Amino acid sequence: MPQTRIEEEHSLTSPVSVHDLTVAYHRKPVLWDVDLDIPEGKLIAIIGPNGAGKSTLIKAIMDIIPKVSGRVMIYGKPFKKQRKIVAYIPQRESVDWDFPIDALGVVMMGRYGTVGWCRPLRRRDKEKALDALDRVGMADYANRQISQLSGGQQQRIFLARALSQESTIYFMDEPFASVDAATERAIVQVLADLRSNGKTVIVVHHDLQTVNEYFDHVILLNMRVVAHGPVESVFTQENLKKTYGGRLTLLSEAADRLARQGTKL
Amino acid sequence: MNWTTIDTWIVFMGAMCAASCAIPGTVLVLRRMSLMGDAISHTVLPGIAVAFLITGSRDPAAMLIGAVVVGLLTAFLVQTIQSLGKVEVGASMGIVFTVLFAFGLILMRRAVDHVDIDPDCVLYGAIELAWFDQVHIAGMGVPRGFVVNGVMLISNIVLILVFYKEFKITSFDPSLAKTQGIRPSIMHYLLMTMTAVTAVAAFETVGSILVVAMFIVPAATAYLISDKYGVLMCLSVAIAIIAAALGHLGAITIPLWFGFSGTSTAGSMAVAAGFLFVVAWIGSPKYGLLTRAVHRIELRVRILREDVLGVLWRLEERKQVAIQSMQLATAIGANPLMMRFVLLRLVNQGRIAKFGKCWLLTDQGRSFATTLVRTHRLWEVYLDKHFPQDQHQLHHSASRLEHVTTESMQSALGDARTDPHGSIVPENEDV
Amino acid sequence: MTGGHSLSDASLTLPSLEQCIRVLTLEDYNTRVVVLGVMALGAAAGLIGTFLLLRKRALTADALSHATLPGIAIAFMVMVAMGGEGKSLVGLLIGAFVFGCIGILLILAIRHTTRLKDDAAIGIVLSVLFGLGLCLLRIASEFPSGSASGLGGFIFGKAASMVASDALVMAGVAVVVLVATCMLCKELTLLCFDEEFSSVQGWSVLLLDIVLMSLVTVVTVVALQSVGLVLAVAMLIIPAASAKYWTRRITSMLIAAAIIGCLSGWLGAVVSALVPRMPTGPIIVLLCGFWFVISFIFGSNDGLLVRQFLRWSLNKRIARQHILRAVWEVCEQHTDSEFGVHEVVRLRSWHTRTVKRLLRKSVAKGYVARKSPTTWRMTEKGRVEARRVARNHRLWEIYLINYADIAPTHVDRDADMIEHVLGPELVEKLEKLLVAGDEPKSPHPIGASG
Repeated sequence: MPQTRIEEEHSLTSPVSVHDLTVAYHRKPVLWDVDLDIPEGKLIAIIGPNGAGKSTLIKAIMDIIPKVSGRVMIYGKPFKKQRKIVAYIPQRESVDWDFPIDALGVVMMGRYGTVGWCRPLRRRDKEKALDALDRVGMADYANRQISQLSGGQQQRIFLARALSQESTIYFMDEPFASVDAATERAIVQVLADLRSNGKTVIVVHHDLQTVNEYFDHVILLNMRVVAHGPVESVFTQENLKKTYGGRLTLLSEAADRLARQGTKL
Repeated sequence: MNWTTIDTWIVFMGAMCAASCAIPGTVLVLRRMSLMGDAISHTVLPGIAVAFLITGSRDPAAMLIGAVVVGLLTAFLVQTIQSLGKVEVGASMGIVFTVLFAFGLILMRRAVDHVDIDPDCVLYGAIELAWFDQVHIAGMGVPRGFVVNGVMLISNIVLILVFYKEFKITSFDPSLAKTQGIRPSIMHYLLMTMTAVTAVAAFETVGSILVVAMFIVPAATAYLISDKYGVLMCLSVAIAIIAAALGHLGAITIPLWFGFSGTSTAGSMAVAAGFLFVVAWIGSPKYGLLTRAVHRIELRVRILREDVLGVLWRLEERKQVAIQSMQLATAIGANPLMMRFVLLRLVNQGRIAKFGKCWLLTDQGRSFATTLVRTHRLWEVYLDKHFPQDQHQLHHSASRLEHVTTESMQSALGDARTDPHGSIVPENEDV
Repeated sequence: MTGGHSLSDASLTLPSLEQCIRVLTLEDYNTRVVVLGVMALGAAAGLIGTFLLLRKRALTADALSHATLPGIAIAFMVMVAMGGEGKSLVGLLIGAFVFGCIGILLILAIRHTTRLKDDAAIGIVLSVLFGLGLCLLRIASEFPSGSASGLGGFIFGKAASMVASDALVMAGVAVVVLVATCMLCKELTLLCFDEEFSSVQGWSVLLLDIVLMSLVTVVTVVALQSVGLVLAVAMLIIPAASAKYWTRRITSMLIAAAIIGCLSGWLGAVVSALVPRMPTGPIIVLLCGFWFVISFIFGSNDGLLVRQFLRWSLNKRIARQHILRAVWEVCEQHTDSEFGVHEVVRLRSWHTRTVKRLLRKSVAKGYVARKSPTTWRMTEKGRVEARRVARNHRLWEIYLINYADIAPTHVDRDADMIEHVLGPELVEKLEKLLVAGDEPKSPHPIGASG
């Protein structure tokens, strides 16, 4: 499919530009032909029902899971060349919290990328890590074993790890899930700071009530993009009904049949 | 090749041993606990050693008790280290079985003066010599291994039948089991005991290390063929028996081809089981690699066939009728060889016909193609309505969806006069 | 079949002091070689085993070690076919390494192309390749030239037949593993902790996994000679698992695992040299198991005893706070700080004996003083502490009733449990939240504010 001129323009300036992304899990399409341009310097929420492919979308953008087809550009270049400016905050469940490491150790992992193969970390890296811990209000917990942290505290050190990377684009997977009020406030504060510094933050979000309050842009996703744009215009009852309404069972059924047949997409 | 009665007995013993192992093995594989079978088959060694040293003989009762104790102890220790010690399950198994096995080895080595047992034999068995150890039943001389394994097989069959429902439910759906009043933990410990006792019974035949092969490989092979519990169980037993027979046969024939006299029967039974696994891996009718590859090709061909019909229909709509094979091939993106095959198939189905150098739809073909195009355009309408996105994608997505749409799905798509591109949606063809 | 013996017949002939000294000072060439060799192995295995354990691949290493057997047999056959004796350790180990890699690839292939999961894949590769190895060994023993008699020793280890060059090989491997672990410590830590994050950051997860498993394979292969393939996995994971109970940092864990592995190797070799008919491999593993049990129970970071101690001291603290709160409530009902034991017993329906015991402990802490045989008095220090404790408790009650919808009748019990883990900052927040807002309907009235 030849690229149209409009697409070309967006690709170079947009922090994240997704074209015709299709992702399958066990041969069942989870994301179909997703086409998006993420605006710069905003807080963007990805909203959709369970199984809609929200986490899959950001993981496919970051090349953690393979794509069936499609292209992702970060500021006009492929993701592989732009890793340094992208930071990822995974879900808390993706990690074993019994690991023998303390909070500071986890945050310093954010600096590994800049240090490179086989080299040790320097004092500057430790300072930046401590700084990041401070920003999320966990400076006193630097030497605390991670198994002794509460869920909200764990989330905050994940956030600090990403902050210590000093990136431009941040992907977060359900950072507000099951956290206490203090942590939620801390995260929101950090997000606002990031936005005022011109960073782009893309968040998989589960709580419809807070979308208006926390985010500027929203992407409504249910295997395909239902709608995306500024919260005021896009986050409407009608769009939400389309996304969550369950009228999309037909597409889901087709996806199932494709999976069972083992079609190559 | 010299086939004697001894060989027949060896095959019988091996087959019964393998079959009795395959039964608890199937449950272990279903529960993703194959390695517990590995662990237990190692830890029975100290159990046997202690039984030997205490009773001074191979008294079956003592060995049985030793086996039960060891089986439960292994399960208990692994569980304790895992939950209390916060070690992941694979590592806790590794810790328990290696330490206990080391203990068993030391006991064996030091006891070798006192008890008439060869440590190596414990580990890889000596089925070739088992014939000479006979007991007399009803006046007939029968190898002891035969009797032991026979009893084991029968008791395993009985247990699995008596607890058929319980094992099945606790393996597939433990939470459902609880609601039905079946305690999963009891079934778990029963399974561990069965495994341990079977391992002890089998050690004389194939030794405690090769028992692992008999537990896991036939069951895994069966799992590649079927997914029904009853069928799985029978298949595992059958595969185990075949592996035993093939194994012994191979052990006495294959080395001869290269100028050697023979090899370990127990080892070649494991290899035979592995061979059968590979056969199923590749050729299983449901899950085999070959089947999947063939299936994929068939699918691709079907899609290409439907694409040809679609292209011809659209050409007719635009009143451009003449198209040749090469152009057709480019239009749907297939290579010439595949194209030829596809066109041949379509001719056989009576859906297209050749006029000179060009291809045209027959009436039958046209009505089939109409349904396809209708489905395609209805999908475009559907997608456009629910996911208003760039137009170029609608066609692309609909192209894939049209091939998997059933009649009921088509009626669920509703009706429309035109698609988002402006083309007319053809009427429903009366079949 | 012999009879008339018992366990006590299997007696240990204890070594003499002379023998001990000889062995410990490594006078014997043979002992020296074995001891140094297994010490190097223990250290290397402890180091790389730590990452193996954290990556949760312990039993893959077991499959790996069993898969090496056919490789050894084939290497022997190849070497003999090329005109050698078939005894070169390096040659055999190369064969072992190749088949170890094949084993891992097979496990991956089974896992990715079938419905079977890890455990079945590992079990299949382990048993089938081991069976193949046994067959090939039997055939190798019939080879016209070369002597295959030593090959079976790789199954259970034959440390006693080690020579200097073998020990050198082990030392070399240990050095390689040490260097690799130092250089790649942070990369491997990241891989084991958070695979997805490391992939996004740009590390090749595949490459790091290959490096890790290659190092594991190399260590396994050299372990074959000392502990044999059945027990090789023990050297890798038991020291590492033990180390986890002593420290909460990766670097210390690595060092601890290396030390435990080294120590077990040393002790095992020494014991095996001193006690007749004591095979080296198993005794080393048994010693590793012994250290594991010690660490499991006595380890300073999460060992059983430490955990019990923490729980016990928490219970003590809870009991202390209970008695203070009870005393406080009793004293609220009259205006002074004097109270009798029976009043506390009535309030709480505890045993008189328990109350007296707790009161005595409070005396020791200076919270309470005995005025007369039947009356007790709260000290100023005691009043301050009791007020703090009672206030915490009541704040929690209010919070639980108003915010967590717990029925008033149940609140006392839950507040009991939660209040003891409150930290000062949380208490402050609660106070601001509740006391400033609607005045609470606590089942127990709040005392004088302070």
